[in-house]
Amino acid sequence: MHVPDGFINAATSVGTGVVAAGGLGVSLRNAARGLRDFHIPLAGVTAALIFALQMLNFPVLPGVSGHLMGGALAAILLGPWMGAVVVSVVVIVQALFFADGGISALGVNVTNIALVTAFVAWPVFRGVLKILPKTRLSAMAAAMVSAFVSVLAGSFAFVLEYALGGVGGAPIGTVLGAMTGIHALIGVGEGLITATALGTVLAVRPDLVRGAADVELSGTDTVPTGRAVTTFVLTGLAVAVALVVFVAPFASPHPDGLETVAEQTGFASAAQEHPIGGPLADYQVAGVESETVGTIVSGIIGTVIAFAIGLGIVAVSRRRARSA
Amino acid sequence: MSGVHAHALHYHGHSPVHRLASEVKIVAMFAFVAAVIATPTREVWAFGALAAILAVAVGLAELPTAFFLKRLSIELPFVIFALAMPFVGVGPYVEVGSLSLSVPGLWGAWNVLAKATLSVGASVVLSATTEVPDILAGFDRLRAPRLLTAIAGFMIRYLEVVVSELGRVRTAIAARLGNLSRRQEAATLASVAGTMFIRAYERGERIHQAMLARGYRGTIPPAATPALPARWAGTVAWIAASWVVAAAAILTS
Repeated sequence: MHVPDGFINAATSVGTGVVAAGGLGVSLRNAARGLRDFHIPLAGVTAALIFALQMLNFPVLPGVSGHLMGGALAAILLGPWMGAVVVSVVVIVQALFFADGGISALGVNVTNIALVTAFVAWPVFRGVLKILPKTRLSAMAAAMVSAFVSVLAGSFAFVLEYALGGVGGAPIGTVLGAMTGIHALIGVGEGLITATALGTVLAVRPDLVRGAADVELSGTDTVPTGRAVTTFVLTGLAVAVALVVFVAPFASPHPDGLETVAEQTGFASAAQEHPIGGPLADYQVAGVESETVGTIVSGIIGTVIAFAIGLGIVAVSRRRARSA
Repeated sequence: MSGVHAHALHYHGHSPVHRLASEVKIVAMFAFVAAVIATPTREVWAFGALAAILAVAVGLAELPTAFFLKRLSIELPFVIFALAMPFVGVGPYVEVGSLSLSVPGLWGAWNVLAKATLSVGASVVLSATTEVPDILAGFDRLRAPRLLTAIAGFMIRYLEVVVSELGRVRTAIAARLGNLSRRQEAATLASVAGTMFIRAYERGERIHQAMLARGYRGTIPPAATPALPARWAGTVAWIAASWVVAAAAILTS
């Protein structure tokens, strides 16, 4: 997800840099409201922790690994503003000192990894938590869904930037397909890690979770076992599978966007003949003529569908929990 | 990723670049990277000229070539995917042996490798010649938001502590649970992440109390580093050289 220098052209880098500076400025102003002295060392140590966690890779497919991005976790624990600030600091330090992400791509990386993930994860987490019974397990399920959606949103933001000013001439459909496919899987890992980490914090120090500060959660004093864990894992898996199965083909012109690079060679020449094939091929948004814009619109629709499916599943499980 | 030791990034020395005010070096780095990014991909000579300009800075900073190249190699894992671009790009194609490579993809890969190498080189010169607190003070003097530099300061200060704590936890997991599969280890580490956040919070509280005990009154006094000369003239000349190259490349492309 960390974009190096030279991958996005100068104009788009500058434009995204303005967006990132604006978003970060707004986040800083809001984070500073009600800020107490001791929040600053806390934010710094949390940033160090997210940096450390990003160093751990988890396997998503044989040969493909992802790492935690941490935007959702930071937003849920610290609130969206401080969450966005903390992950931005991580991204800036990585670019300046560790060559992870380009200097000129700072705007791109701050936007995708910090701002988009935190600002998407927070409303999703709060929305899902609102409609679920107020238990620790619900908070974990909400964390899982919000982390998954936030990673996909970050990858869509990258595809949008690549469409505007990416180099290398890879067809945008291929980029969208590969990014969506791989990030759907990374999102599942991110969701599981975010949910588990949040569950641990809720069990020990529920008062530290900003995202649940005004919600009285039951079951925080007990470690969930047996059926509760099974229910959570099955619900989480069902959400993840449903999203991958239903959303990936909509977002991607090629339903099988997970091929290895070698296989994409043939894939790419096919994409040349049919830049927009697949289920959304005939999807026309009034006034949207450009294929690129159409693809991005379908990507955004994909995100909305992802969110809707997530909400639908939790709504159904809530009704069942009530009747039970 | 090795090199979480922030002070290991620094190369001790007394060169003219070491003795330049940090805000000047920060501005120079961003200006040089801007010139690199603005240079059109196919003007290969211009990248040679920019590399020469960077080499002047490395020379003035008295950084040993081996040290510089070793620090430069940290970019490798992040740009290696650029090598995939010739395989996924669109036509026209060029035949290399039995492979059919995309010409725009090849230029794209060149673009990423050349620009990322030059930009990382500039950031290596900055971090090798400037202590981390000095870089943060430079950002402060450039009027970067104080909250941002304060958080970054604490982050860098505690990076080693947190990373080594995570390492100790992994050792403890290995010692108590034996050889877990990567998947099982990931599941364990996920709950460790939660525990680590609680520890981070409590560490933050302790740090704050320690600061209060040492007379903290809401602002951190500026570090007692001697003010270094700004010497803008030479730096501006160096920046201008990179901009002349970029402008010439844009005009001739």
